[in-house]
Amino acid sequence: MVVIMEVVLQHLTKSFPSRDRKDHGDVIAVNDFNLTIPDGKLIGLLGPSGCGKSTTLNLISGLLKPTSGRILFGEDDVTNLPPENRGIGLVFQNYALYPHLTVKQNILFPLENLKGKDKLTKSQMLDKAVLSAKLVQIEELMERRPRELSGGQQQRVAIARALVKTPRVLLLDEPLSNLDARLRLQTREEIRRIQRETGVTTVFVTHDQEEAMSISDLIVVMKEGVVQQIGKPQEVYDSPANLFVAKFLGTPPINLFEGQVKGGRLLIGGEAVLDLGKIPDQKVYAGVRPEGFALHEEGGFSCTLDRVEVMGRDISVVSANQASLNPLVRAIIGTENKIDTGRYREGSRVRFHLIPHKVYLFNWETEERIYFGER
Amino acid sequence: MENKTDYQKIERNTKLQKRIGSVITYVCLSIWGIMVLFPFYWMILTSVKSYGAYNSEHVPRFFTLSPTLQNYADAFTTVSLGNYLLNTTVFTVITTFLMLFVTTFAAFAFARLDFKGKNIAFLCFLSLMMIPNELVIITNFVTVTNLDMRNSFPGLILPSVTSVFYIYLLKENFEQIPDSLYFAAKVDGTSDLKYLFKVMVPISRPTLITITILKVIECWNSYVWPRLITDDANYFLVSNGIQEIRENGFGRENIPAMMAAVVVISVPLVVLFLLFRRKVMEGVSRGGTKG
Amino acid sequence: MEKKKLNASGLKGWLYLLPTLLFLGVFMVYPLIDVFIYSFEEGYNSASQTYLGVGGYNYSYVLHDPYFLQAVKNTFLLVVITVPLSTGIALLISVGLHGIRPLRELFQTIYFLPYVTNTLAVGLVFMILFKKTAYSDGLINLLINWFGGNSVDFIDGPYWAKMFVLCFYTIWVVMPFKILILTSALSSVNQEYYQAARVDGTSKFRIFMRITLPMISPMIFYLVVTGFIGAFKAYSDVVALFGTDLNAAQMNTIVGYVYDMLYGDSGGYPSYASAAAIILFAIVLTVTCINLLVSKKKVSY
Repeated sequence: MVVIMEVVLQHLTKSFPSRDRKDHGDVIAVNDFNLTIPDGKLIGLLGPSGCGKSTTLNLISGLLKPTSGRILFGEDDVTNLPPENRGIGLVFQNYALYPHLTVKQNILFPLENLKGKDKLTKSQMLDKAVLSAKLVQIEELMERRPRELSGGQQQRVAIARALVKTPRVLLLDEPLSNLDARLRLQTREEIRRIQRETGVTTVFVTHDQEEAMSISDLIVVMKEGVVQQIGKPQEVYDSPANLFVAKFLGTPPINLFEGQVKGGRLLIGGEAVLDLGKIPDQKVYAGVRPEGFALHEEGGFSCTLDRVEVMGRDISVVSANQASLNPLVRAIIGTENKIDTGRYREGSRVRFHLIPHKVYLFNWETEERIYFGER
Repeated sequence: MENKTDYQKIERNTKLQKRIGSVITYVCLSIWGIMVLFPFYWMILTSVKSYGAYNSEHVPRFFTLSPTLQNYADAFTTVSLGNYLLNTTVFTVITTFLMLFVTTFAAFAFARLDFKGKNIAFLCFLSLMMIPNELVIITNFVTVTNLDMRNSFPGLILPSVTSVFYIYLLKENFEQIPDSLYFAAKVDGTSDLKYLFKVMVPISRPTLITITILKVIECWNSYVWPRLITDDANYFLVSNGIQEIRENGFGRENIPAMMAAVVVISVPLVVLFLLFRRKVMEGVSRGGTKG
Repeated sequence: MEKKKLNASGLKGWLYLLPTLLFLGVFMVYPLIDVFIYSFEEGYNSASQTYLGVGGYNYSYVLHDPYFLQAVKNTFLLVVITVPLSTGIALLISVGLHGIRPLRELFQTIYFLPYVTNTLAVGLVFMILFKKTAYSDGLINLLINWFGGNSVDFIDGPYWAKMFVLCFYTIWVVMPFKILILTSALSSVNQEYYQAARVDGTSKFRIFMRITLPMISPMIFYLVVTGFIGAFKAYSDVVALFGTDLNAAQMNTIVGYVYDMLYGDSGGYPSYASAAAIILFAIVLTVTCINLLVSKKKVSY
């Protein structure tokens, strides 16, 4: 049976009544959200806290009802359906494992709810539970209680419980936020593997851009209830749609400058640093990714060196520029060209070429992207 | 197509179930609400019926068209209700005040000071929490009788002062105040006593209010000890007063006047509760039991 | 220098404790020892404060006293009926309260009222509601008549009727505390468990049995234990309903028996009172221990 499990969100809006008594307006948590999640893909909903990503997840799960808009699972309109009839698996941020039940009982719990024609025999249930446990590799922990497990193990149990009913859509709320750094790396690979093996359409929420970038097929960047950009991780990173997305993605973060477009050239701090082609003169934000700098004696962009950080594979050149909107400018230079770090002293001038496709311009007022060059 | 109608049906069913469920819930909750409120209604109602009207009602009426305050006047003049109220107020205020004083010092000693034998003392202390009042009241009765303190305020008050549980509650609260505050105060040359009253007591105010409220309720409603220790009506507290009214009453069985007395006795605590509703409920859930 | 300081603070600690120690020593520790001595002193005379000998006679007297046996029977009946009933009803009410939003605070406030009222005062109201007198059958009998029953005197009538009123009033009195504890226990259950269960399509009943009950079982157990202890010590609500002469009304409780022995119409026997009090203490201790053992097996986590 091949079911195309595409999830479609159409003009989804959710507003909450304001808690502030003076202000009678509603708080809009999600505003006109449109998204088509292709079948069998892993989608990361990404944004700072309070951006509406968890609300969106709860709308998909049915724990919240949208103020307006529609949600489709494949052909079915599930907008007003209660969560239990949607066929979803949900993994909570704190896992929500029942503390008084063993791992096995936790995983069996959703199956025991099935009624009527879906009802399973004891041994069928057990088979499914074992299968699910094997998938997340916890079959040897079946008799333990949740409090006897580590955070990572609890996470796996929660995923096993969500998957045991073979849901149409798997939803994960901040799945890695309660794990320590080492486990986080391991677990995110694990989630990727499980998703690949089961092929279940999966949506997960995170505020950590690295997490989202590393495992998602598609990421959705949100801010204050509004979708900023949807795309493959690399595309979104390489071509941010606006200033917010550019700032939110990337570690180390993008370097921002106050810039001026004049006569088809970009001026930063009065220096002409890049030819842009035909663009009207205006004030702009100029964003340069750390890897967008190339050291060059005759480069158009000059800074005052603060320090050089050697990190083995590449080096960071940290310097100051008067037009910079960050305290310091960080440039990451590959070490394939031999660089004599001893030459650079604090306070000396360094000059860079800017690599055009790592430079993004944004309108000073609207903060929208201004495209230039041979796009 | 068929699928869609199916979904709508599910949706409608859940909504209907929810509505029926909440109607049943409200009906059940209201029934218990009426059970709780009805005795209060009945006592107020009866207290404003005139003696004659009440006694001529072979079938009790649920309302009265000619309310009278005569019963309240009777309650204060014919029996010494005013005196009972005064006694109870004096008893409650002094007992609560002494309890706060003693409790604060003891909690401070256990929470803040270091002294030899503290741990053993505290252990003995905790084990006293399990001792029921019924066991010690017998000797206390004999002791107070021998000291010739029957029918006196000291006899009423002194055995009612200490409560191990409140000391325990306050000690726990005191211990949550960070040590650094104490050391900072020590560096500034603050004495222990000053630190206790200027820093710890203000910080622990919520807990102190809680135990005050609990003690006031306990004192106002106390019956057993006052009954044992007083047989002179001049020293009766409200509970004994009401029992006295019931048994020897107004010279004749005057139920409306009795109800007036009951209303007067109940009002102070109900008002206190309505004023400090949150505090009272929080305090009781932290440490109260009844019976 | 250092030694002196330590010494001073050691003394100071005891000084702060002094008032408490005095009060506890005189009114708790000494009486506790004394009550055991009393209970073994045979033929104690409270006027001359002399006794004839030492032995177990007081216990045997109390255990053979028909009034005491009646009191034990009454107390056990009261405990067995009211503890499960009040806990169960309180649980239902709390679940109901937990499930509603509007009017919840109003209901909570109303339900708490009995806690702050004087047991004796409101007991009097109950007595009037249930009592059958020469000129009126009382309100409850009116209701019974409406439904086609015959009037019963609940206060001076048959034993079962008196027991019914007593249980009814006891439940009315203990309910606020139980509702309060259970509603706060219910609201402290993490909402995510319910959401997780809802997503899995768990029925309301199953959520209650498999999640809610186990999660609040420690609190239910706490209520059962304190409920048992409280009900074993029933006294003032009985007095409120049936007056101070409880032996005559056949409605005495163990605590009532202790006080009557101490002071009352049959009073003046602190030895018998002590023996009865110690028997009560032993019963309560045993029941509590049994409770603890059972809970170890039953309370889920």
